[in-house]
Amino acid sequence: MLRRLHSEQPESFAFTPANQTWAEAQLTKFPEGRQASAVIPLLWRAQEQEGWVSKPAIEYIADMLDMAYIRVLEVTSFYFMFQMQPTGSVAHVQVCGTLSCMICGAEDLIAVCKDKIAPKPHMLSADGKFSWEEVECLGACANAPMAQIGKDYFEDLTAVGFAQMLDDLAAGKAVVPGPQNGRYAAEPKSGLTSLTEYDSGKPQYNVSAQLATDIGDSVKRIQGDEVPLLTPWIGKDGVVAGRAAAAQPPKAPDAPKPAAKQAEEAKKAAPAAKAPAKKAPAKKAPAKAAETKAPAKAAAPAKAAPAKPAAEKAAPVADVAEAAPEVLKEARGGLPDDLKLLKGVGPKLEQTLNDLGFFHFDQIAAWGEAEVAWVDSRLTFKGRIKRDGWIDQAAKLAAGDRD
Amino acid sequence: MLKDQDRIFTNLYGMHERTLKGAQMRGHWDGTSGLITKGRDWIIQTMKDSGLRGRGGAGFPTGLKWSFMPKESDGRPSYLVINADESEPGTCKDREIMRHDPHTLIEGALIASFAMQAHTCYIYLRGEYIREREALQAAIDECYDKGLLGKNAAGSGWDFDVFLHHGAGAYICGEETALLESLEGKKGMPRMKPPFPAGAGLYGCPTTVNNVESIAVVPTILRRGADWFAGFGRPNNAGTKLFAISGHVNNPCVVEEAMSIPFEELIEKHCGGIRGGWDNLLAVIPGGSSVPCVRGENMRDAIMDFDYLRGELGSGLGTAAVIVMDKQTDIIKAIWRLAKFYKHESCGQCTPCREGTGWMMRVMERLVRGEADLEEIDMLWDVTKQVEGHTICALGDAAAWPIQGLIRNFRDESKTVSRRKKTDVQAGWPRNEAVTRKYDARKSQDDSACLCMCWRFGWLWRKPQRPAGL
Repeated sequence: MLRRLHSEQPESFAFTPANQTWAEAQLTKFPEGRQASAVIPLLWRAQEQEGWVSKPAIEYIADMLDMAYIRVLEVTSFYFMFQMQPTGSVAHVQVCGTLSCMICGAEDLIAVCKDKIAPKPHMLSADGKFSWEEVECLGACANAPMAQIGKDYFEDLTAVGFAQMLDDLAAGKAVVPGPQNGRYAAEPKSGLTSLTEYDSGKPQYNVSAQLATDIGDSVKRIQGDEVPLLTPWIGKDGVVAGRAAAAQPPKAPDAPKPAAKQAEEAKKAAPAAKAPAKKAPAKKAPAKAAETKAPAKAAAPAKAAPAKPAAEKAAPVADVAEAAPEVLKEARGGLPDDLKLLKGVGPKLEQTLNDLGFFHFDQIAAWGEAEVAWVDSRLTFKGRIKRDGWIDQAAKLAAGDRD
Repeated sequence: MLKDQDRIFTNLYGMHERTLKGAQMRGHWDGTSGLITKGRDWIIQTMKDSGLRGRGGAGFPTGLKWSFMPKESDGRPSYLVINADESEPGTCKDREIMRHDPHTLIEGALIASFAMQAHTCYIYLRGEYIREREALQAAIDECYDKGLLGKNAAGSGWDFDVFLHHGAGAYICGEETALLESLEGKKGMPRMKPPFPAGAGLYGCPTTVNNVESIAVVPTILRRGADWFAGFGRPNNAGTKLFAISGHVNNPCVVEEAMSIPFEELIEKHCGGIRGGWDNLLAVIPGGSSVPCVRGENMRDAIMDFDYLRGELGSGLGTAAVIVMDKQTDIIKAIWRLAKFYKHESCGQCTPCREGTGWMMRVMERLVRGEADLEEIDMLWDVTKQVEGHTICALGDAAAWPIQGLIRNFRDESKTVSRRKKTDVQAGWPRNEAVTRKYDARKSQDDSACLCMCWRFGWLWRKPQRPAGL
């Protein structure tokens, strides 16, 4: 089955404050550096909150757990409980269709779904309230046939009762989950054949149905305050006793980060690294202000010198300020150097450089950091000058070394 | 029949007090620290003596499994992981433990973890069990509150934490290494073994993965003694067991019974007999979807334990999830549904399983629709043999066995279906003779899993062109 991101995605995703607290509490279950373990519960909570798992939710959770986006997408598409497209606003109905349920009448239930909801699984009903799918064994085989609606198991169903139940749900009525044929749990329908002495003062419903009626969140979108996660394992002293008693597991191998994240982190790290090392690489300049200050026309390499320290002082975010290098109107003596000898420079880029006023290797060799930044901001391939080592190459070429 | 006082899960149906107090009244959490002070070796030896075999399907001796864990830490922590990813079709026993009798499991987790020098236990619950998760978490919270977990758990001097984790609907995560992968936040794809989890499991640390029921019976066994437990069932098949009976019986249910109970007694005592009487019994899958089905007439006298079902009937006890089918069932369709299940649940890591489950399902589909040729039954058998034993985990085997069981036991039935329907639609299904010849030639050459079989079988499920007028 092909599972991929839905064609229409919401703008953004964020946990509600209570769900955020819940999600952070989940992280305390795992040793340090192993927070990726919490990815399934978090994705599930996102789905409980929104009804399905969207791309922004995947990215949000990846950021939260310091995982690559693709790893979280991979997990989302691998596990079938994650709905990767919008589901019915009231409920998503999951009918168990595997053997025990099938031979006890699950096909009739599916027919009801097709009739009442939509002809195909994962399709929204006309009023947008429901969607359905056939799922594999839900593990309530002694109570077959059954379906899961929202959080709850509805067991021992009949087609008529099931149809009625869908109507009730659509009308906003509360439906009590659990066996629908008068059974209490998974005991024989005709009466207890064992544990008879324990049949005393039983609560109204079995645990599942009791929780559902007590909490009342059967088909609700979860806000996070319904069933808080108490984290009792964190002792009064803030220590997780079992974890403190044993050694730490080995460190997790470093997970690669998404490209966007890498760039972001490099940017953050850059100013810190620059202060001690004066020759820090010139980065593509987001500092628009600096750019306007250095007029392209005024060709004064001398200006670069004062501009440099100023830029370093200026801002932690801004990179090296730009300074216009010396440019020529035309090649000296009408004989330009073959700039294509530089790594990465083709006819197109050579033309661009000529247009900017560069014709000779010695011109390029004379660029300082500020000039590199200036040129870089005018090229379509930013960072290339540094990456391909133009300055060094140009210096060699200018000296006549053509190797 | 097993007496009530010999039942371990005394609140299986949730009709009794569900709180910690109620559990203590029924004898759980009684003298837990005393059991722990008897020491690791005593616990493991008692478990070995009790003859408890793992309740998750494979039936590996639990005490032996525990003894594989390192006695002293080499700088890595040890973990106990409890497999509560109950999703084998037909199986619904652990659910009852977790929602109605959770304290048996939590107490068992503490004792078992101590025996394996683990300070941390993760319970990996299947994602769909949402209320079960809430019930189990509430029980865990209550235990922390009363000092039965956490620092100096239950006064035993052992610091111990239980964390409840869950999956999100992948059957494969019931395989122990896939479960560990999933618990680490990855796709649930099984790992190669070795290294076995006892050497390098969760986070690369020594880990034991046990089924819920295996752990939940531990405290009672230790309290009442290995002999008591070993007294039930035939030798090598000791103890009591939760049976989950579903399908065409009058009263499907989950019930705890002694091992080696005759099938007839189990059904008559607890399930009110077969729907339509014993003559109406067609087939039984005695141990969850992964074991081959057995013909009804062979099943009536069967003894429900590991050795009888495997040895005499070529099936298995598995998780003791008994699926009963009466004569109104289309057995081929039933097995097709299982084939569909395995196709859906194959993780896609190994080619024979990823492709093979699809092939098997499609051939089964042709059998169900009556479009298959007689030869395809043999071919299907052949495919199951190509998948079986050629994959990292046992899902490939599990997908192959139900079909093998069908062909072994109901070959005639498949033939009739294939013949009857064929005459209905008559001819019009031209077979690609060239490919068939190639297939026959190759078949004699190699019997190993051939990854380039796609072309060999490509013609099997290509939709035949219907002649005009049909």
